[in-house]
Amino acid sequence: MLLIPCPWCGPRNQLEFTYGGDATVKRPLPDAPMKTWLEFVYLRDNPRGPHQELWHHSAGCRQWFKVLRDTQTHDILASGRADEALPGATA
Amino acid sequence: MTQAFRLPTGGIIDRSRPLRFEFDGTAYEGYAGDTLASALLANGVHLVARSFKYHRPRGILCSGSDEPNALLQLDRGARTEPNVRATTQELFDGLIAASQNRWPSLRFDVGAINNALSRLLPAGFYYKTFMWPPTPRWWLRYEHFIRRAAGIGRSATAPDPDRYEHQYAHCDVLVIGGGPAGLAAARAAAHAGARVIVCDENPAFGGDLRGMNDDGSNIDGKARATWIDEAVRDLSGSGDVTLLIRTTAFGYYDGNLVALSERVADHLAAPLAHMPRQRMWKVRAGTVVLASGAHERGIAYAGNDLPGTLLAGAARTYIDRHAVRPGSRAVVFTNNDSAYAAALSLSRAGIAIGAIVDAREDSELTGALAVRAREHGIRIVSGSMVPAAHGSKRVTAVDIESLSGGRGTRVDCDLVCVSGGWNPAVHLFSQARGSLRYDESLAAFVPERSPLAIVAAGGVNGCSDVGGALADGHAAGLNAAAKAGFRGPASYAAPHAEPVAPGRLRPLWSVPARDRSGKRFVDLQNDVTVSDIALAVREGYESVEHLKRYTTLGMGTDQGKTSNIVGLALLAEQLHRPISAVGTTTFRPPYTSVTLGAYPGEEAGAHLEPTRYSAMHDWHVAHGARFINAGLWRRAHSYPRAGETPDDAANREAKNVRTNVGLVDVSTLGKIELQGNDVAEFLNRVYINRWDTLAVGRCRYGVMLRDDGMVLDDGTTSRLADSYYLMTTTTVNAVEVMQHLEALLQIDWPELDVYLTSVTEQWSAAALSGPKAREVLAAVVDIDVSNAAFPFLAVGTCTVRGAAGPMPARLFRLSYSGELAYEIHVPADRGRAMWEALLAAGARYGIMPYGTEAMSTLRIEKGHVVIGPEADGRTTADDLGMGKLVNAAKWCVGKPLLSRPALIAPDRWQLVGLTALDGAVMPRGAKIVADPDHALPNPMLGHVTSWCWSPNLESWIALALVANGRARHGETLWAVSPLADAKARVRVRIGPPTFIDPDGERLRG
Amino acid sequence: MKYSIFSLARNALSWHEHWPLAWRSPAPKVRYDAIIIGGGGHGLATAYYLAKEHALSNIAVLEKGWLGGGNTGRNTTIVRSNYHLDPNAHFYEFSLKLWESLSQELNFNVMYSARGVLNLVHSPADMDASIRRGNAMRLNGIDAKFLTRDEIARWIPNLDCSPEARFPIHGGLLQPRGGTVRHDAVAWGYARAADALGVDVIQQCEVTGIRIDRGAIQGVETTQGFITTTKLGIAVAGHSGHVAAMAGLRLPIESHVLQAMVSEPVKPVLNTVVTSGAVHFYISQSDKGELVMGGDLDFYNSYAQRGNLPAIELVVSACLALFPSFGRLKLMRTWGGIMDMTMDGSPIIAKLPVKGLTMSGGWCYGGFKATPASGWLHAYTIARDEPHPLNAAFTLERFAEGGMIDEKGAGPYAWAH
Repeated sequence: MLLIPCPWCGPRNQLEFTYGGDATVKRPLPDAPMKTWLEFVYLRDNPRGPHQELWHHSAGCRQWFKVLRDTQTHDILASGRADEALPGATA
Repeated sequence: MTQAFRLPTGGIIDRSRPLRFEFDGTAYEGYAGDTLASALLANGVHLVARSFKYHRPRGILCSGSDEPNALLQLDRGARTEPNVRATTQELFDGLIAASQNRWPSLRFDVGAINNALSRLLPAGFYYKTFMWPPTPRWWLRYEHFIRRAAGIGRSATAPDPDRYEHQYAHCDVLVIGGGPAGLAAARAAAHAGARVIVCDENPAFGGDLRGMNDDGSNIDGKARATWIDEAVRDLSGSGDVTLLIRTTAFGYYDGNLVALSERVADHLAAPLAHMPRQRMWKVRAGTVVLASGAHERGIAYAGNDLPGTLLAGAARTYIDRHAVRPGSRAVVFTNNDSAYAAALSLSRAGIAIGAIVDAREDSELTGALAVRAREHGIRIVSGSMVPAAHGSKRVTAVDIESLSGGRGTRVDCDLVCVSGGWNPAVHLFSQARGSLRYDESLAAFVPERSPLAIVAAGGVNGCSDVGGALADGHAAGLNAAAKAGFRGPASYAAPHAEPVAPGRLRPLWSVPARDRSGKRFVDLQNDVTVSDIALAVREGYESVEHLKRYTTLGMGTDQGKTSNIVGLALLAEQLHRPISAVGTTTFRPPYTSVTLGAYPGEEAGAHLEPTRYSAMHDWHVAHGARFINAGLWRRAHSYPRAGETPDDAANREAKNVRTNVGLVDVSTLGKIELQGNDVAEFLNRVYINRWDTLAVGRCRYGVMLRDDGMVLDDGTTSRLADSYYLMTTTTVNAVEVMQHLEALLQIDWPELDVYLTSVTEQWSAAALSGPKAREVLAAVVDIDVSNAAFPFLAVGTCTVRGAAGPMPARLFRLSYSGELAYEIHVPADRGRAMWEALLAAGARYGIMPYGTEAMSTLRIEKGHVVIGPEADGRTTADDLGMGKLVNAAKWCVGKPLLSRPALIAPDRWQLVGLTALDGAVMPRGAKIVADPDHALPNPMLGHVTSWCWSPNLESWIALALVANGRARHGETLWAVSPLADAKARVRVRIGPPTFIDPDGERLRG
Repeated sequence: MKYSIFSLARNALSWHEHWPLAWRSPAPKVRYDAIIIGGGGHGLATAYYLAKEHALSNIAVLEKGWLGGGNTGRNTTIVRSNYHLDPNAHFYEFSLKLWESLSQELNFNVMYSARGVLNLVHSPADMDASIRRGNAMRLNGIDAKFLTRDEIARWIPNLDCSPEARFPIHGGLLQPRGGTVRHDAVAWGYARAADALGVDVIQQCEVTGIRIDRGAIQGVETTQGFITTTKLGIAVAGHSGHVAAMAGLRLPIESHVLQAMVSEPVKPVLNTVVTSGAVHFYISQSDKGELVMGGDLDFYNSYAQRGNLPAIELVVSACLALFPSFGRLKLMRTWGGIMDMTMDGSPIIAKLPVKGLTMSGGWCYGGFKATPASGWLHAYTIARDEPHPLNAAFTLERFAEGGMIDEKGAGPYAWAH
């Protein structure tokens, strides 16, 4: 079972968390064009390999944070705060 | 004579504890320490099963979990269990077993006709026929008979009476396998100071050495059994070591989590009162040492499935460990040295050995065991093979031929012991993403490398002697402990046994076919033969995965432990490619089958999911409430009185709310407190309407959208103080909305000064509704609740006088029912006191409690949309008639995508109210059509989202979504429900979705 | 050679030594009129119908591994058309009708077993929604029946229909013509039939790049060299995003792992397909006797084709909640596949914004039942260079237009469908 490293609580069993999807999509500003909003809501890189994603420590500290996890191997490469760049991530 | 084939001495059975058991109705005796298989063999019973496809007579082949044939039905009644491996089932007193998949009996099975017709039933035959007559109905007919012939044992028909547990554990080193390598690894790690868990699937430690005759070779100068005992005692006494017997490691998961299945009580007739039947361990290990040993494989020759055919190692195990004579006259067929140890055991047990038939030439038979065999005078026929065995329900003779051709001889025997080599049990290594390497000298796959924290040791690593296994295990254990930072005392020495050279193995997967009718079995359980493999290749099913699926090789309950490697080696031969190029199929959990009941553990039955109750629940129960599930919550649906149906009760309750006053438990609503300087701005961004204009002491209805513009949730938000708000959400979306808000604040808008606290469980809540609500409320609260002092949408705090004293409360004047109404929130544990206080005060006004059904009727009459039925995830605010609530001057979540063309199209389905005409009953789940007699497909103009009998209007009404609904007020359409009644059609008039008090006078009064 | 009881018997006489290859293993040509990427059920079906219905003769299917080795080789075999929304209802019903005669069409027994698909209902709200859906089915000419709890209890006696269950059964929506199909037979049947019509099914040939010039398809780079074509159809399920990226496209798709499992084979105990929305679970019994079960996704992006223990526990828990007498049976094998989850739960069978490029993907975890229709309609779209009315709604552009086809109403979250 995935052992997810919460930046505040340390590594915890995946059962404590809720998945939040791709962390690289940034919420556009309110007046951004429709195309930008559509990309934010619908389009995904969906990489086969390292994937920056959001997880919520629902049964713990209730923080959303970022994880860099390889979608082919499930190896977790890094984790960090949602508002900071992850070490090892390209974007 | 009982136990005619029990040896007079020896074995690790306890002869002072005889056990009675029954097989196919016949009573037998065995001893404590027997498996069902060893006890059957001790009684001379070899025929125990019929094979899956051909219904051929089958006997016991192995002595462990790799057994493909001897699957029996165990026990009766609620505890009956199919497909129990006789080779691993420990014998207990009173055990009842039966053979499977045969009718009318094991000896005379009608299914044997399949064997007679076997030429018509090769691998994949069912893909080539059964296509005529060409209708699905005919396949169903064929299928009926195929399904009855398929399957092996029978399921119980009563609920499983036993319980199962889960256990979580952490350790530095998990050692899988308690043979010499595993014990050495565990000791090394434990002595180094690491926290160790060591498990073995057998009833005691020792692995392949358990109970076996020493053949004189010692470990650390002691007899093997002594060394094993000492090792186990040493581990029991060492620091933090957990020893698990009868425990199979079956699955390797991410994060180095290994799942184990511990069979706590399967060796007993029934679990004792304090015992679970089985326990599933979930072990998070720092490093795993895999010491799972190896499985012996056979050689495919014609008739290699006759009862009386055992793997050589298994025969030796039955003789040494269980003191059983598996036959009287044996032939051994082999290509490697290990079978000679079996031959020596056979000889010691007084079994005559007709010959050891060895595929290798004399020059290769230089190993110590072969030399000893010759010294014992056992006849060895080298450079030869067994092309065929003879017999019907028991082997009676085998042929022996030279591999270089020529006429052979026939030797009488009732026992054939076969060894084609050993396959390391690499399954868990492969599950741990480990790569495998084909070792030419072993003719087997061995572990190569895994990116995860797992290391292989001992037989699974290709070690063929005890000395090698001990050294391998010791090193692995030290290594694993070191990885966890434990380096133990230098004084702990590795155990030692004299090395034994492995001897050469000559790969022999099958013998050449002598004639086409002889079946050379590869997968015994699924009746897959060498010819089937050739057929698969002939037809182009060349990849190892195609081979497996086409022939079903390896897909039985034994998961191909004895057959997979032989099968892929034969595939490689057929394709003229090296075995390493052909590869293996994917290894998947579970390593051996795991009982279904073990997976939920205690989270079964009523505990499948948690059940959530309000604080008033016991009151509802005591007053005859009927309950429904709302997500995980139990909610009162209605409170039927004597002689009332629940629907009668709901109608009475709904009518009473509009005439007098009613009280409903709304504790399950989501409640979120928002505090901070930027709450109003935050609310502006998440709701469609404006919030910076909300004054302290006021509340407002709000609607939230998803990012795609569809309605997500609704509720009311109140401003309790300057920077202190309380939001309510729907019951079903409480968790999702909280996470959504947290995500927005933490990820997108961390600059906003807003703090969230979920208080859903901290407050009990009730809604008091009806023309007399004010009088009732005034009787229990300490503030002025006149219309002037506490107008519609007012919010405040107060005290509620309960029978046991006053309680703090939050008071909200909002209405779901459309009547004059208030919501009262008190700290959760005071819920019942508040509830009873209001009911007491309301008695003289005709107050009645009402449930979710009446609440639903009231809100349908009023036209309130509900998340789910109306807001079904595909509707916009405008669809639901709330377009005007979307404030044009500000942005909110979901707004940008609302202007997409399809979301503003004119023919969108819009919320309307429907009244059933002609006194008809509104059908459930009705669809709206223009012409009920239109040919199919009949275009649907909409559907009913919520419906009820309105006791206040005395007709059937509904809320519905209808295409261009708002432009159709006054029109008549048809509501149909062909599922209920193909002929039923109800004329409905379309109108606005509010049926009662459209101007809202009652709720503002 | 036509498969039949007669050819089986004839071949039995000669010990099955003369069966021909089911399909050739040709080397790729330098040029094809149409190339399908993906040798699973969908890709093979597309090639078959291109050859059969549209008489294209120079077609190849490129498969990176062995044919039928992806989701087609590892699904829970359920087929049905019990959908609520019109585009889905019409599409899947078209597919079901193709299933009904597919064995004869392909001369390969795919074992379409119309044993019924029963969706259990566990609450009054559930009941409303299910009856509504059943009515939509009936008005669309699709078979649907509502069963009361008592009728279900009589029909499936080992189902726990008691009011004490954690999620008591209130009734169920049955599609009698729904059922199961033997998954391996579908891939092999389409491969053999396509091959017989001259389609080159090329295995162990991975597409590594798509060459586009002035907005039009020129060909594909593969591990066996460059191959020219002007019509390229993508049918790679969980790898849709990966392959579409080679054409510079991003899709509204996330790849997620779905696990499924089988029990050891037992004598018949369940003769219909049973599903439950309340406990997120579906089960049937294969013709070999194994109980075949599945449930929810693991809920994280994955290409690993394996998942973790919690998802297994949930599925088995649900199984035993509904069938308490199965508790002593044993789980034999679990596996995982890669699901191409779209942002509305419905597929994309459409032309893509590159001339000559089409795709059939985004099948979420319901792609198996779509196989014949997906193949047929994808082939139509490729051959005619425009969609058929049955797949006209399943465009990539529907998200920009607001025309999402969202059965569950779960919104733009790939894992929520």
